[in-house]
Parts: sequence; C-alpha cells; structure tokens
Amino acid sequence: MIRFLLTKLLYLVPTFLGITLIAFGFVRVLPGDPVLLMAGERGLTPERHAELAAQLGFDRPMWAQYLEFLTRLLHGDLGNSLVTKKPVLAEFFALFPATLELAFVAIVIATVIGVPVGVLAAVKRGSWFDQVSMTAALVGFSMPIFWWGLLLIILFSGILQWTPVSGRISLLYFFPAQTGFMLIDSLLSGQKGAFSSALSHLILPSIVLATIPLAVIARQTRSAMLEVMGEDYVRTARAKGLPRARVVMVHALRNAMIPVITTIGLQVGVLMAGAILTETIFSWPGIGKWMIDSISRRDYPVVQSGLLLIAGLVMLVNLLVDLTYGLINPRIRHK
Amino acid sequence: MTDTTVKLSDAEIRAQMLRDFWYHFKQNKGAVAGLFVFILLVIAAVLAPLLAPHDPTEQFRDALLVPPVWAENGRAGFWLGTDAVGRDMLSRLIYGAQYSLFIGVVVVSIALSGGIFVGMIAGYFGGWIDNLIMRVMDVILAFPSLLLALVLVAILGPGLTNAMIAIAIVYQPHFARLARAAVMGEKEREYVTAARVAGAGNLRLMFKTILPNCLAPLIVQATLSFSSAVLDSAALGFLGMGAQPPASEWGTMLAEAREFILRAWWVVTFPGLAILISVLAINLMGDGLRDALDPKLKKS
Amino acid sequence: MQDAILTIRNLTVTFATATGSFTAVDGIDVRVSPREVLAIVGESGSGKSVSMLAVMGLLPETATVTADEMVFDGHDLLRLTPAERRQLIGREITMIFQEPIASLNPSFTVGFQIEEVLRLHMGLGRAAARARAIELFEAVGIPDPAAKIHAYPHQMSGGQCQRVMIAIAIATNPRLLIADEPTTALDVTIQKQILDLLTALQESHGMALILITHDIGVVAETADRVVVQYKGHKMEEADVLSLFEAPQHPYTRALLSALPENATGDRLPTVSDFFGAEGVR
Repeated sequence: MIRFLLTKLLYLVPTFLGITLIAFGFVRVLPGDPVLLMAGERGLTPERHAELAAQLGFDRPMWAQYLEFLTRLLHGDLGNSLVTKKPVLAEFFALFPATLELAFVAIVIATVIGVPVGVLAAVKRGSWFDQVSMTAALVGFSMPIFWWGLLLIILFSGILQWTPVSGRISLLYFFPAQTGFMLIDSLLSGQKGAFSSALSHLILPSIVLATIPLAVIARQTRSAMLEVMGEDYVRTARAKGLPRARVVMVHALRNAMIPVITTIGLQVGVLMAGAILTETIFSWPGIGKWMIDSISRRDYPVVQSGLLLIAGLVMLVNLLVDLTYGLINPRIRHK
Repeated sequence: MTDTTVKLSDAEIRAQMLRDFWYHFKQNKGAVAGLFVFILLVIAAVLAPLLAPHDPTEQFRDALLVPPVWAENGRAGFWLGTDAVGRDMLSRLIYGAQYSLFIGVVVVSIALSGGIFVGMIAGYFGGWIDNLIMRVMDVILAFPSLLLALVLVAILGPGLTNAMIAIAIVYQPHFARLARAAVMGEKEREYVTAARVAGAGNLRLMFKTILPNCLAPLIVQATLSFSSAVLDSAALGFLGMGAQPPASEWGTMLAEAREFILRAWWVVTFPGLAILISVLAINLMGDGLRDALDPKLKKS
Repeated sequence: MQDAILTIRNLTVTFATATGSFTAVDGIDVRVSPREVLAIVGESGSGKSVSMLAVMGLLPETATVTADEMVFDGHDLLRLTPAERRQLIGREITMIFQEPIASLNPSFTVGFQIEEVLRLHMGLGRAAARARAIELFEAVGIPDPAAKIHAYPHQMSGGQCQRVMIAIAIATNPRLLIADEPTTALDVTIQKQILDLLTALQESHGMALILITHDIGVVAETADRVVVQYKGHKMEEADVLSLFEAPQHPYTRALLSALPENATGDRLPTVSDFFGAEGVR
C-alpha cells in the first residue's frame, strides 16, 4: 500500500514539470513579441521595452527563464492579470469556489442517479428499463452540452419561467462571501429567499454539467455489474441462499464499485472541461468562464497560469482517485 | 470421417472474417440504425450542392428569422426557417454535414496515425523511450481536452484547420496508450519471434506483423474519437474559436444563434439536433463495432 | 435401497445460445440416499455440473430446466415457494465449487462470509456467530483459525480457501452437500487432504455427499455409488465395487482403462480407441 502510494506520488513529479513546461512555453510560442504580450502596455519606447524585458526576465537565456518561472511558481507568484492588474492566483481562488460548487453538485447528481440506474439496468438485463435507460445514456453522452443548456434555458427560463437565465443569485441579494459557496453563504446570510434564489440559479447549470458524467457513470456501472455478476463468488453467494437483494447490493455492488469509483473520479477532469461551456452559457462566474474571457481578451498571464492551475488541479484529483482505488481494492490494501 | 481441413487463401480468410463480423454487427439494431444514419450523412455531405434548396451563404433580406414551414409565418421554400441574416437553415444544415465529416475524418486520421506511431514505438522498445513517451502523453492527458484545444487554437489563431490540429493533438494519447498496450501484449508472441528470426527488421515487425492484430480496440477508439471530434469542434465553433462565420458549421451556427434563443427557437434547435443525431449515430455504430469485434478478440 | 433424499427423474437442461439451442443434460436420473456418497464421473462437457447447478437453482436465465421429478426430502425443487427456497438452498442443500479462491468474495474477509451464513440461517448473533465460525474453521483443519477469520481470500492458499468453503457448506448442518470438482484446481498434495476432509465430515455430520469429478481414480476411495455421464447422458450407474470390478458400459470400461494405474502395454489407451471418431452410442 505504501509502495503503491509512493510510486504514484513519484510519477507526479515529471508530469507536473511537463505541465509547467507547457504553460511556460505557451507564451513564447505565441506569434508576436512576448514582452508586449505579457506587459500589456502599449506604445513602448525602446528604454521602456528593455526595462520591461529585464523585469519580466525575457532578456535571459531560456533555461534561466524557466527556472525563474518555477521558482516564482513555488512561491505562489503566478503573475498579474493584464486586465484587472491583480495577482492571478488570488483571482483563481476567488473564482474557484463557484466552479467547485457547480462541479460538486453535478457529480452528486450524476452519481446518485447514475449508479442506481446502472445497477438496475444490469440486474434487469434486456428488460425495457435496461434498453431505455442505456439508450438515454447514449443520447446524453452524444449531446452537445452547450446546445442542451440552451434548450433547457428556452424551456425552463423562457417558456415556463421557472428558473433564471444567468448568474449565481438574483441581483437583489448582496452579502459578503464567507465560504464562496453560494448555497452555504445564502443560508448564513439569513436573508429571506436568498437560499432559494441561489438554488434556483444552481439547478439548471448543474443538470447540464451533470448530463455527460451521468451517462458515463450509468453505462460504466451497468457493465461493471454485469461482469461482476458473472463471477464465481456471486454464484457462491446465491448458493448460500442469501436473498437476491443482498447478493446484488452487498456482494456484487461492493466489487463493481471499484472500477465505477475510478470512473467517477476521472469524470472530475471531464467536468473541468464541461464547466467551460456551461459557465459560458449560464454566465456562471467560475474559472471556466474566466479562462474563456481571458483567452479572448488576450490576458496571457491569466491564460498561462490558469492552464497550469487547472491542469495541476486535475492531476491532484487523479492522484486522489488512484489513492482511493488503492484503498477500496482489497488486493492492494491488504497485501 | 475424413480429414476435411481445406487451406483457404488469405483473401478468402479475410472475406470470411468480414462475413462473421457483419453477422455479429447486424444483431445490434441500434448499430445498424446508426450506420444507416451515418450513410445518410455522407450522402448529404457529398451531394450537398444537389440536395440543398438554396446556397448556404445567400442572405434573403426579406426573410429574416422566418420560422419553419409548419409554424405560424412559415414560408414554403424555407422548410426549416431562416436565421438572423436570412440564410436558409436547411441548406446550411446540409452543407454543415460536410464540415462535420471532414473534421471527423481529418482529426481521426491525424490522431490515429500519430498516436499509433508513437504508441507502438513506446511499447515495442520499452525502457526509457517508453517512459519518456508515456510521460509526455500523461502531461497532455492532464489538461482537460477542450481547454488544451482552446489554448492551442489561441496560439495558432482561430479557424477550422487550427481547431482540427488542436483536437487531434489532444486525442493522440488515447490512441498511443491503446497501441502501446496492444504491442506490449503481442510482442512476446510466437508469430512475432518467428518473423524476427526470419529476418524482419524492427519497423516491419511493428507495422506489418504486429499492428494488424491490434486493430480491434483501435477501431473502436477511432469511432469514439470521430464523434468526440464532431462535438469538440462544434464546441470550439460555438466559442468562436473554430470554423469562422459565415461557415455553416453546426457549432458556429449555434454561436450566432445564441442571442435569439428566446425569440427564434428554430435557429438554436436544428443545428444542435443535427450534431446530436450525427454523434448519436456514430456512437451507436461504435457500440455495435465493439460488440462485434469483441467475440473475435476473445477467440483470438 | 432406503428412501432417497434426492430424486431426479428425466432431467433435461437446454441452453439458448447464439447458434441455437444446446442440450447440456439429456434425460438423466439421479437418486441419492441419506448418508450416501454418490460420485458423478465424466469428462468436460458431460453435463455433470449442470445437473447439480439445476438442483440448486444456480443456472443462468438462458437455461431451461425440465424434469419428470426433481424432489428433495419431499419438496418439489421445480416449483419452490420463496419460503421453501430459503429453507432448502444454502441450508439443507449446500454446494462447493471448483475454484476456491474465485468462489470467495475478494472484498470481504472469510470470517464475514461464513458469519453471514450463520447469522442468516442459524439465527446466531454477532458474538455467537464469531465463536462458531472459529470452531468451524478448526473443524475443517484451518491452522490458527482465530486469526484467519480476518483474512481476505487472496491472502490464503487455494487449499485453505477450499477449507473455508467447506466450513461454510457444513455450517448449517445440511442433509446434502454437493461438491463440484472440489480438488481439480488444487495441488496434488492437497487434493487428498481435502477429499479426506470431505469424507470425514460426511460421516461425522451424517450427510449425503454428491462428489462430481472427472477423475475416476478419486472415486474408488470415496464413493458408495457411481454414476458415469457422457455428453449429457447417463452411461452407467452402479455401486463402486461392481463398477470397478465389472464395468458394464463400454465408456466406463474405456475410462477405467485410461487410468495410468491400469496401464498394460506401452501406450495408454484413450476413449476414442474404444469408440472411433463417431463417439459413444
């Protein structure tokens, strides 16, 4: 178990370095003068240009620049946004809770619906439920989520007027962000109707974001269950005269969940990509939208560091998934 | 009982395998439906100039945001209505099929060939080459695919070609991993040793001897990547980073339609529906392929 | 012969496959008396396991089971009510299988897996089940049983896992234990130990034992009566002494001749020597 952990951690290092390399190299690959790109100032005189070049380190050899980049990174200095002039890291942490809240609710929805559907589809293989649910899953999986979001907006916000179109909470409410999670903060604020406003703003985007993970989890659970139910130990459980429910929910599911949990964890990476589209459609102020805006505004320090942070985040989540796998797979946990 | 083993020629063996495969594939009704729709798509793309009632870029100034023909204010001649600048939706959708198919084919070709090449070298030679290549693949995989594609397009500049290249780069690791796993599984088999002893060089061994036996998972991944490519390029188009207007790529059409979602539902619904149906068809085919190739995989 | 505890007449099991219907068992009869050891012998594909799986109700949905009679201790196995099923399967009739490690759930300790049987069928509480489990482990010859309770299947050897399976199978004091090739997957040195354990337990617990095997040599030491099966049909049935001394059916004779112990001459005969390529019948 320990060795398993250590190997995983060890592999992180070169991968992380690779990520930093890409983030670092990205600005230098862009067409144009990197000094101009990163400084964001216009009409530079030659002296100012040289000054900035020295300041940003562009006058030094490439490897020195990279080392400087790494050092600054380890000290938490990821540069400043060209647009807001504020530190990128600070902006990231300010906006991250919004995406986290959205992603969390989405993955909960996807798991709470996806796993039972998958189990039931496997247990009732070939039944109408199986066929309908798996077809629905395939449709969900094939859906362009930006379109799906727009459709839901048309239906629920436009025609039915049940949900709002954008933002995290109605503009009527204003309170200081304590946790950054609107659901919690609105409850803490004590203002009437704040929580339900936050909830109604959250529902549609999280459903849209949850769609693909839900489809994947349902399909994965079904195939994992089918495979497990054909195993010898499930036959033994039946031979022991255990009730059907126990055979499925205790003996089979426990083993099927091992690959499924891995899938759920990996979906987080998918969520990060999906968040970009979802946040754009619903004007949800999270890091996905931040990245899009920065790319179109040519706010390169943000793009460079944002890339780094998001990739680092995904790496971290994957590590957690690997660790969880080691914990729940008895063959690894108990050597 | 007489000994009835007849030696079949290579061509006959291949024909038999194809027949077996088609028999299994046919069993999956969804897959056949998917294939049927896909063929329709190809026909639409190829015969677009003949099938489309209008030119996709022609703007009819007197027919802005016309609803589909069956709705109130619909006009005959514009079956699915028109968009904000008066272009016929149906024609644009039909021409859009060209983009989608083109994108799918190009992206999959690049990702497939690059990924297989890299993956085979990693799996075949092993050691530090394998480690290095796989670390690079891991790094690419650490980035959410859409994000990386976006950044790449930001570097290269928006446009269809750059979008395709960006997406292809992002898909490579999946093929590389599969190819590597396949090679590592086959490397020690007897037929490989036999070929090596007969004097086959490394390149020949990799691509002529081993590769043909590893095709099944690669084919399945190819269909998956095809559909993902259509989705991702539509997403890039939607974000303004893919095919640029006035191109009638379905994602780009959705980007333009966004401000009209509450006023003109058809401008939003139909392009998305086109994407959904195409991707669904390909995914259904992919599922069918996987099931049909699997029993063969297990037999071998 | 005493009243049989298990009576099967004209049992047929067919499977629906992609290439049509496949008959695994074709009209066989089986009778087992209480406290009797019956061996069912046959090669792979003879349907010997399938018939017993049909008795336990463990066949997949693609299987169709028909019989003139399939009765255990007065209960019609073809038409069991859920209450009857709970009474019988896993309680009065138990079964152990060929691959012991694979037959145990890898995610739970072996203690958990035996205790759940004790708690469900014997109504024991937590502590009582734990104590009884340790006793049972000791009875089947597992060394250091109190520690092994907490072990996972992959931490134990095949032989030990089979002992666990046997412990689970006798935990409910069944009237009939079905052992489907219990030693085939084990080391030769362990095989005898497990077989001896089975026969010893059969005697001490007074249960009937059906031993399914492809190894006719094993049968001589353990069985009272033998049924020989081939391709879903019953070839011969006799008490063990008669079978070995005067085998009636050519197939039985072929099987016996193929035993290395019975070898005469320099080439070991095979079944096809006796029948040619068309096979038996």
